Amino acid sequence: MIQLCSVEELTPGTVTRIARPDLPAPLALVKVGDRVFCIDDTCSHETASLSDGWLDGHEVECPLHESRFDVRTGRPDCPPARRSIRTHAVRLVDGIVYVEESSVAAEEPAR
Amino acid sequence: MSTIAVVGVGLAGVRAGEALRAQGHDGRLVMIGEEAVEPYDRPPLSKQVLLGTYEACDIALTDTASRAELDAEWLLGTRATAFDPVTRHLTLSDGQSLHAEGVVIATGARARTLSGVPELDSVHTLRTLDDARRLRDDLSRPGRVAVVGGGFIGAEVASAARALGHEVTIVEFEQMPLLRQLGSAAAGVLRRLHTDHGVPLVTGVSVTGLVGRDRVQAVSLSDGRSLPADVVVVGIGAVPNTEWLAGSGVALDNGVLTDEWCRTTVPGVVAAGDVAAYRCRGGRRLRIEHWTNARDMPATAARSLLATLRGEDPVEQPAHDPLPYVWSDQYDSHLQIAGRPDADDALELVSGSFDSGFVAVYRRDGAVTGVLAVDSPKEFGRLRRELRGTWATR
Ligand SMILES: Cc1cc2nc3c(=O)[nH]c(=O)nc-3n(C[C@H](O)[C@H](O)[C@H](O)COP(=O)(O)OP(=O)(O)OC[C@H]3O[C@@H](n4cnc5c(N)ncnc54)[C@H](O)[C@@H]3O)c2cc1C
Repeated sequence: MIQLCSVEELTPGTVTRIARPDLPAPLALVKVGDRVFCIDDTCSHETASLSDGWLDGHEVECPLHESRFDVRTGRPDCPPARRSIRTHAVRLVDGIVYVEESSVAAEEPAR
Repeated sequence: MSTIAVVGVGLAGVRAGEALRAQGHDGRLVMIGEEAVEPYDRPPLSKQVLLGTYEACDIALTDTASRAELDAEWLLGTRATAFDPVTRHLTLSDGQSLHAEGVVIATGARARTLSGVPELDSVHTLRTLDDARRLRDDLSRPGRVAVVGGGFIGAEVASAARALGHEVTIVEFEQMPLLRQLGSAAAGVLRRLHTDHGVPLVTGVSVTGLVGRDRVQAVSLSDGRSLPADVVVVGIGAVPNTEWLAGSGVALDNGVLTDEWCRTTVPGVVAAGDVAAYRCRGGRRLRIEHWTNARDMPATAARSLLATLRGEDPVEQPAHDPLPYVWSDQYDSHLQIAGRPDADDALELVSGSFDSGFVAVYRRDGAVTGVLAVDSPKEFGRLRRELRGTWATR
């Protein structure tokens, strides 16, 4: 398990980017209600940071080309993105957000 | 069971087909495309495809699953050459005739060419995958590149050619790139982007001729100068593909005229994408040649076409009334523009600086008419959203 941050650091309605040398890929965290969702921060279409994007309910809109990804499934709603982004299961322990190491391990970016 | 024909299968055509199915068209769907290749996306042509980081498979607009879902008949490598509004027959380039109750016009635009100059091998325009491949071949050899036109396509080709190691010059008729569209402050920023990357601009001149036998050797300019070049790329705008509609009753004026619901002057015929000159709610006519409009407009076109075929009034449906949006990648910078500013609207910096990343807004009589950003997607997104609210009611 990799420790990411405390739940208190997540502001509802915004996407928080976590990029660290010990993480194989930058991650984005979203708090909706009591739940925290973790997705890859990089859009599956082109290198845009989803944490720069707009959050609407469970959907994050890419700041460059407006594809929206559901943070629960990683699926895009419309082009240009066609591939899902990875979602990572989050564990909350005593107010701290963790993700599984194997889940965020870098994979070859599929084009 | 009615037949709907989608003419032109670029982004707008593909999205129209998908929207028709999603909105319940269960009759025959015929997708007619002049290009012999499967539908593909154009923005990467002047960027990743030229740089060699994307191949054709990376820019496909459909895949096996989406084509299966679409359940359409594809006539690729086939042009529509005429439409008869009385018999509702489309004539195709292979001599076939196709009866269709509904027609979606999505024939886009083609690159404008230089008139009165000889056709030489190493002179290019860039609109299709074929064009991009031929240009990429030419850019794989060392040589000097002249880009005619400093608009989006010209700027992107110049930055790709520069990244590939070429000596590049831009020839621009105005004093600065995109001056008439974006005004002098923004145009100055774009000019600097070029010169900072070692791409000089020759401005205030036009091309009067091309020198060379098979391949080009130089570009003759209106000030008498001659600019040596081994490859020339002409990026001077696009012309809507409407010739095939002559005599069809579909009213044309620099594109297919539509109302807010994408309806043309012929019932059961709608248009979307680069080819459509639509009337906004405020009465203004816009023909938007940007990707996001080609993605979004077909949903309205499909909805109003299906309503018409059902005998309902499309006006009950939402109209097409987007905030225009375009992006461009030049050198390592990402530009984003929303709205339709006039060149003489005041440009006011919101954050950052014109020397690096920034967000700026255009204002006319105090009201925001556009947002321009370089490498500031988050702040841009916020302001674009604000503008979207006011734009819709203008
Ligand atoms: C190189 C390049 C880079 C771009 N970059 C950007 C960018 O960075 N950002 C942005 O916002 N926009 C960009 N655009 C613009 C964007 O790609 C267009 O707005 C979009 O492609 C329009 O889609 P469309 O389907 O309306 O038309 P098109 O893409 O032009 O497709 C129309 C299709 O119809 C076919 N056709 C024409 N006549 C007939 C006929 N009679 N019968 C059958 N088929 C026919 C054509 O062959 C074509 O395949 C770029 C465009 C180009 C060319």
